Amino acid sequence: MIQELKHHATLADDFNQNEDRVGWHDDTLWWIREKRDKIAWQVPDWELLRDAASNIKDHVLSNLNPYLVQFEANAIANGITVHWAADAAEHNQIVLNILREKEINKLVKSKSMLTEECHLNDFLAENGVDVIDSDLGERIVQLAEEPPSHIVLPCIHKKKEEIGQLFHKHLGTPEGNSDPQLLTEAARHHLRETFLSRKATVTGINFAVAETGEFVVCTNEGNADMGAHLADVHIACMGIEKIIPERKDLGVFLRLLARSATGQPITTYSSHFKKPRENQEMHIILVDNGRTKQLGREDFRNSLKCIRCGACMNTCPVYRRSGGHSYHYAITGPIGAILAPNLDMEKYADLPFASTLCGSCTNVCPVKIDIHQQLYKWRQVIVQSGYAPKAKVLSMKAMAFTFSSPFVYHTAGKMGRAVLKYAPFTVNNKFNPWYKQRDMPEPPSASFGEWYKKNRN
Amino acid sequence: MNIKMKVGLFIPCYVDQFYPNAAIATLQLLEKLGVNVTYPANQTCCGQPMANSGFEHLTSGCNTLFMANFKEFDYIVAPSGSCVLHIKEHIHTPNHEDDKNISGKIYELTEFLTDVLKVTHLTSNFPHRVGLHQSCHGQRGLHISQMSELVEAPYSKPQTLLNMVQNIEMITLKRKDECCGFGGTFCVTEEAVSAKMGKDRVLDHENNGAEYITGVDLSCLMHLEGILKRKNSKTKVIHIAEILNAS
Repeated sequence: MIQELKHHATLADDFNQNEDRVGWHDDTLWWIREKRDKIAWQVPDWELLRDAASNIKDHVLSNLNPYLVQFEANAIANGITVHWAADAAEHNQIVLNILREKEINKLVKSKSMLTEECHLNDFLAENGVDVIDSDLGERIVQLAEEPPSHIVLPCIHKKKEEIGQLFHKHLGTPEGNSDPQLLTEAARHHLRETFLSRKATVTGINFAVAETGEFVVCTNEGNADMGAHLADVHIACMGIEKIIPERKDLGVFLRLLARSATGQPITTYSSHFKKPRENQEMHIILVDNGRTKQLGREDFRNSLKCIRCGACMNTCPVYRRSGGHSYHYAITGPIGAILAPNLDMEKYADLPFASTLCGSCTNVCPVKIDIHQQLYKWRQVIVQSGYAPKAKVLSMKAMAFTFSSPFVYHTAGKMGRAVLKYAPFTVNNKFNPWYKQRDMPEPPSASFGEWYKKNRN
Repeated sequence: MNIKMKVGLFIPCYVDQFYPNAAIATLQLLEKLGVNVTYPANQTCCGQPMANSGFEHLTSGCNTLFMANFKEFDYIVAPSGSCVLHIKEHIHTPNHEDDKNISGKIYELTEFLTDVLKVTHLTSNFPHRVGLHQSCHGQRGLHISQMSELVEAPYSKPQTLLNMVQNIEMITLKRKDECCGFGGTFCVTEEAVSAKMGKDRVLDHENNGAEYITGVDLSCLMHLEGILKRKNSKTKVIHIAEILNAS
């Protein structure tokens, strides 16, 4: 049962022990949300662009099979080896097999949320392969032995002083120095050495074009390119939903992605990979890992439209004040909360409840996923599947009983107000979570119903 | 609107029990505007606290009662965006035609005043500095105001009405439409985040000199009031109906 796990509310409570830090985290992400607003307003047809993206993705989800087959055929014709993985374990094994065949035991990896979802790093480490993440944020959390807390900004939860300490320990920067330029330079030297010495690279895929068999990787640091251009083996991993029909569709998605993610007009690098260089091997792994199951869930299938921009995290008032790690899943925030229960409903039963259903996520989503509506629907599915805490079930049944009868409701209301008035100590105590940081409302002497009876009938 | 039209006054349970003055103001305001308004005595709750907690299947008692109380009215009006949105989207009775009918004729107070009554002036007077809290369900659910996430022309039904009030001074907020963190049962199941969100909202209003925080939903205001009182703040909360009805 979910009470036994450390769930979102508990982890968020831990995060809130340092209120100043919560304020800092909130302000940092809100600043990115504001950057996103500013740049979205520079595109007069922003809402039309979102519609277009949503329609293309809907179309792809309804025709996923033919597009995947078309993509595979074109990629093979381009000289790329294509693999299919049903789940995370198969995906990880395919990567390992490719490396073993080439007798490679060192790998450089650019950012890929899919590999986080599959826990590829842990699997490869267990099998004697050394992995270095080349995205700066990912490298920082890797050194800290933590998972990313945000899909676009993996170390957004870390202050620069903490990064300075980490770099001092691992990269030998001067103690107590947290100058961002110095730290970035240190990381650059460290990674340059990595790029030059690694024979294999793993990258993610932002968009896979069915029409041409090419794929596009978007980064700000050029780290995917550095890896891919220097390594003998390039393995690119993608969830099967990353397909787009034609190259021209990129005109829609590339305009939306970086604007939504960080408020930039476009990522610094939007690199197209179509075929291997001479003497290079290029592999694509197409991964299902629960996606076809989600596609079969009518209410939740359109969560697969996600292009992993992270805008829903930056705007989410709960995410900003609970931190990415409180979601205990690779994809954090509102989108993670509607993707995770598909994989393990019991383990992630808490996540759809980690929301006020304010709807801001739905409004910023560049592909118009109705995130908050799906959170509501997941709550129903989770409760109906028996994953609600027992105490909650009982209180909800009592509530339903009270509200189903005007007599019981009026009596209970009167009693409740009397208790608040004459015995406030029964509710104003530490067992009442409302009272911990908030006063209870002042009980009036009469309800509106009672007043109305006296004054209008 | 034909003033002979019968309007049913829907008062959310917690307003009935804890904030009768907001309900009285709503009733008096509608009466002043010549509306034929009745309060059905047997109403309880719209069922939202259960439904939002994942127990929509336990709301059939509430749905049946709501239907029995309000079916016959031409319009249903409530001083709450949240409860109205819940009924609009989630009332399920055996008769789907009835459900559709209810969804089409239920209104949050400010949208009823602007869209149906087409109110253009009010006689109210409220000489105070006021901050408007945009409650999410009214704003992002019922679209009573433009939303900061969307690239669209600005509008706000509550603000339009507040602009008709004499001597009122509206303050500008740093974050004009961020959620307050109430969220129904969220306010107790996620106490830490809920309280932090509330504190941040309150601070924005206080920093900008609000004497009152107003809004269309007392659920949000009840949460903010709890935080204001705990810190002995001078800022108070008041439902928008009480301002629009103030003389």
